[in-house]
Amino acid sequence: MRALSIVQWHHFAYMIISLALLGYGASGTFIALLKPQLEARFEAAFSISALLFSITMALCFALGQRVPFNALEMVWDSRQFAYLSLLYLVFFVPFFFAACCIGLAFTCRRMDISRIYFFDLTGAGLGAILVIGLLFFLIPQNALLMLMTLPLIASLLMGIPSTARKPLMLAQVVWLVLLISGLPQKHMGLHVSDYKGLSQALQVVDSQVLSVASSPLGLITVVESPTVPVRHAPGLSFATRHIPPPQLAVFTDADGMSAITRFDGDPDSLAYLGDVTAALPYALLRKPDVLVLGAGTGSDVLLALYHDANSVDAVELNPQMTELVEETYAEFAGFVYDNPRVTVHTREARGFVAQSNAQYDLVHIGLLDSFGASGAGVQSLNESYIYTVEAINDYLRITAPGGLLAITRWLKQPPRDSLKLVATTIDALRSIGVSDPGKQLALIRSWNTSTLLVKNGAFTAEDIGRIREFARSRSFDAAWFPGIGPSDTNRFNRLDTPYLFAGTTALLGERAADYIERYKFYIKPATDDRPYYFHFFKWATLPEVFALRRHGGAGLIEWGYLVLIATLLQAIVAGLVLILLPLSLVSRKWPARTGSRMGAYFLLLGFAFLFIEMAFIQKFILFLSHPLYSVAVVLSGFLIFAGLGSAMSQHLARNGEARGLSPVVLAVAAIALLALAYLFLLPFVFQRFMGNSDAVKIGMSITLIAPLAFAMGMPFPLGLRRVARTAPDFIPWAWGINGYASVISAVLATLLAIEFGFPFVILLALLAYAVAAVMYSMMQARPRGMAVN
Amino acid sequence: MLALADDANYAAARAAMVEELWLYAQFVDDPDETRVSDTVMKSMGAVKRHELVPSTQRRYAYENRPLPIGYGQTISQPYIVALMTELIDVDDGDVVLEVGTGSGYQAAILAELVDHVYSIEIIEALATRARQDLERLGYGNITTKLGDGYYGWKKYAPFDAIIVTAAASHVPPPLIEQLKPGGRMVIPVGERFMTQTLLLLEKTEKGEVITRQFGAVRFVPLTGEH
Repeated sequence: MRALSIVQWHHFAYMIISLALLGYGASGTFIALLKPQLEARFEAAFSISALLFSITMALCFALGQRVPFNALEMVWDSRQFAYLSLLYLVFFVPFFFAACCIGLAFTCRRMDISRIYFFDLTGAGLGAILVIGLLFFLIPQNALLMLMTLPLIASLLMGIPSTARKPLMLAQVVWLVLLISGLPQKHMGLHVSDYKGLSQALQVVDSQVLSVASSPLGLITVVESPTVPVRHAPGLSFATRHIPPPQLAVFTDADGMSAITRFDGDPDSLAYLGDVTAALPYALLRKPDVLVLGAGTGSDVLLALYHDANSVDAVELNPQMTELVEETYAEFAGFVYDNPRVTVHTREARGFVAQSNAQYDLVHIGLLDSFGASGAGVQSLNESYIYTVEAINDYLRITAPGGLLAITRWLKQPPRDSLKLVATTIDALRSIGVSDPGKQLALIRSWNTSTLLVKNGAFTAEDIGRIREFARSRSFDAAWFPGIGPSDTNRFNRLDTPYLFAGTTALLGERAADYIERYKFYIKPATDDRPYYFHFFKWATLPEVFALRRHGGAGLIEWGYLVLIATLLQAIVAGLVLILLPLSLVSRKWPARTGSRMGAYFLLLGFAFLFIEMAFIQKFILFLSHPLYSVAVVLSGFLIFAGLGSAMSQHLARNGEARGLSPVVLAVAAIALLALAYLFLLPFVFQRFMGNSDAVKIGMSITLIAPLAFAMGMPFPLGLRRVARTAPDFIPWAWGINGYASVISAVLATLLAIEFGFPFVILLALLAYAVAAVMYSMMQARPRGMAVN
Repeated sequence: MLALADDANYAAARAAMVEELWLYAQFVDDPDETRVSDTVMKSMGAVKRHELVPSTQRRYAYENRPLPIGYGQTISQPYIVALMTELIDVDDGDVVLEVGTGSGYQAAILAELVDHVYSIEIIEALATRARQDLERLGYGNITTKLGDGYYGWKKYAPFDAIIVTAAASHVPPPLIEQLKPGGRMVIPVGERFMTQTLLLLEKTEKGEVITRQFGAVRFVPLTGEH
């Protein structure tokens, strides 16, 4: 997934991997169709599957990169869909073999289902932590190479007692020798798309890569271009006479360019920083104490220092990004992070703000993404807790009276995220009792950026005068300040209609809801429960923009969301073809109704488990204030404790049955009680403990996750045990159906969360568990003819 | 698209492309008005686009879409090229600067309309190929160079018009300086293969700069408005 995010774009990586996981579903079908043969040779079959998993990881990774798929051409060239399908197929193969191993174990060792599921989940949980750790030290393809050894070890272990020991051992040794020799590595280099920023930068005459650093947060590449220098200055005024000094380009995952600016100590070299829209707040403040959220390569820190800030707290999530400015290129950057006025914090923004008791004159959020990424709709799948209603209020809490919150965004035409930001800010202000938000807002724009100011208090006449003068002298257009009139807008960067001014006016008015409804892009404010700030897609707009795509309207289409829909539809079709169709064709050794109930049970479990897991990962991202901690703690925690639940399920099942209680009903009841309790209580818990240390929050998170995950680990093995007793031939189908549901649910959960929010996803999961419990109770408890003792 | 074997076929395809562009150029709510003039459409019909794309893309040369030309670059969608050419409103005595030669297609379109085109490209292989192709096609009024277009081309400044196809986070101030009063600069905005808007920068006779931004298509973002 990491590697694909580097060579392609994140949402296509998500799509490809989601569909490749259909290999899990397909493995169930394969095992079901060849069950007698595989059962007779279990160890050999397992060993071969594990070996092929290891081999195809390398082979398919190398092959996949040679498929000439170009996501950007999809609107023009239908061959791209064929290439995309080829990518699914290629990446499907290793997942297929991996899933065969587990499916075989369930099918052929069904007396140990609970233990097998325990090891499966625990391994997955530990694997998640292992991969995150590995990616701190290894680039993705090298991490993949290390991971290949694990199934090879599994293959070796299972090969020993197998009937095909000698030929297997030969194959295993050959593969091991190849791995040690480094042959696979030579073919596994990353082939980044020609259209990503890094590839294009490297085409420029004399450009070269200076350094590469990898972490789970991204692959950072620094590029120098001496003949055609990088000059990154978003929102620079047309009226300026200043140009940026030479810069080093910094790419994250081969795109999303930012820049380290050379600073030789001469403030005049940074004069261009006075002529960007992001400089607006400094026209109203004198020697402010500044908080920069998302410091990145230090541009906003330089901006603050240039404007004589008294102090700068620079917050950046990625320690490797900070290291570039602080150490690797410190001299180039003029030792900006060594400046006594600057303090650097390696933290996630919301987490830092939650723990802060300081009061800042200026809280500054600059451009955190590239125009290209924000322009093509590719970020719509990304959750962002930076631009939600709750986030705005958090920032205002630490803004001193009379101080400013300043947020700069890329500006597209027609405006999307700029208007959504305005709508979000208005909602935030109203939610804390501000009756006239318009008095506290100011908005200016260049041709490609907008900067929104939110004042802690009303703007004064003097403030407004300075805003006007700042904008006029730099040929920026005001889009809002208190008392603005149409003649103040659309003077320098003219649009057919001044949409940003008109939109802000409408959003401040009484008919804001109507305006949001009528706007052809989705600009309803993002909240922490629905943190999809970059989601602008509206179904009603699709026919119009799709019809315009060849007229030059391709840029109006929000591709990220469409890709998600396409993934879901393809997954549904593929699942029907890979699982339901074969299932309908084979002769069944169980009654039809029983099969439907068993199938429904495992399908619903697949949905329910993933829905809850994904929803809570998102909730805990905010609490743990770090996407990596959240994935490591929550994902691993869910899997490991679910594994423990699985291990205990057999014991609890016997006890429950002895008392005449359905173990699945008990487990589902526990899940429902805990999930509902968390749904209502977690916001208060998080708020109360948000300011605590990471260690405390991680401990709390594990404590909260453990009982829920423990209960969630039970229904699957319990169901498999029942199937093993009554219809053992159904086990591989159960595995396949559950795997298929997992694939669909990952995509569906994201879609539902975008539309309805995470609480809805959780409630839907509980409904699925409830129906699954009903299905379980209707499933046959023992084989026909077996007497009850 | 069928394989096209000879000049006559390419000419026919080119004519068909121009017909299609006329359709796109008409305003839906006012078909008598068009976004592109006769003069520009004539130059669109004159330039052999198929000679400026890689051989693997020739069969698509006269489809109204962008095409990859290697090195992560594209030859722009013909409709976008027509719109941009129309926007800078050139005359036959004009001298035009282009930053980002790419395939040379835009330069060739301009060369049909103006006195001289100066074009700068930062990717060496593209610069070389474009120069050779344009010479082969007989465009004696196009001068190309490999280099940094940020500072324009002072030797031949000021320019009546400037087209900037190289993506940048801002409009280079030196280019604004090298634009004549009364001149126009146009910049396509958006990702490769997906132009979002066209930025038109006009320098008044007094030297002030204003910009206008046009969607490549007419699109009103509010329902119920026309």
